[in-house]
Amino acid sequence: MIRVAVQPAAIDIATELDLHDAGGHGASASFIGRVRGDGDLTELFLDHHPAMTATGLADLAHAAADRWQLSALTLIHRVGAMVPGETIVFILASSAHRAEALAACEFLIDRLKTDVMLWKRETFADGRIQWVEPREGDQARAEKWGA
Amino acid sequence: MSLEIAYFAWVRERMGLADETVDLPANVTHVGALVAWLAARDARGQVAFAEPQRIRAAIDGVMMGLDAPLAGAREVALFPPVTGG
Repeated sequence: MIRVAVQPAAIDIATELDLHDAGGHGASASFIGRVRGDGDLTELFLDHHPAMTATGLADLAHAAADRWQLSALTLIHRVGAMVPGETIVFILASSAHRAEALAACEFLIDRLKTDVMLWKRETFADGRIQWVEPREGDQARAEKWGA
Repeated sequence: MSLEIAYFAWVRERMGLADETVDLPANVTHVGALVAWLAARDARGQVAFAEPQRIRAAIDGVMMGLDAPLAGAREVALFPPVTGG
């Protein structure tokens, strides 16, 4: 089962674990990305493209499912305004053995950073607002997985 | 040719609008030419598209390079490199 969602609502990890139904999968690997409060950050805003963001996430999920033997996959990305500590992204991959679940999880977070229509904007306590610039390291990590 | 353009992230903020419909001059035939045309059109475009190498594009929902032709396009999205995850 593949579950993909783009949502302005908070990501409820307990509910997502239940929906994922990891029973009998053998191994489940997860990644949780959260808003850091670095430099007095007060808000992180995620801009997205209504159609292309959802399609991009679904394409990535299917690419992972084609590449590894996964029994279940959950990929949820939040959009809109968030505060430090809140969950931005949740990935949960399950397979018979750990290697495939771990690899799929790493692939998804690496490629998510370069392939999906999402943009971060930071607001700080002193009123400064800035759009996050892509990191070269992220591009290199995404490219190591090939086409 | 009539074309819908959608802007995202700081491109939208600098343009001061989320989307618009434009009537393209006949010589604007690919995405790069569209970016140059928008940059020359007014002050907002000049600021938003001052660095074309930082602009990415999608035509009708599919990521494209700046050399992609506009013929047959319904909507072009213009935006900075993505930063999700």
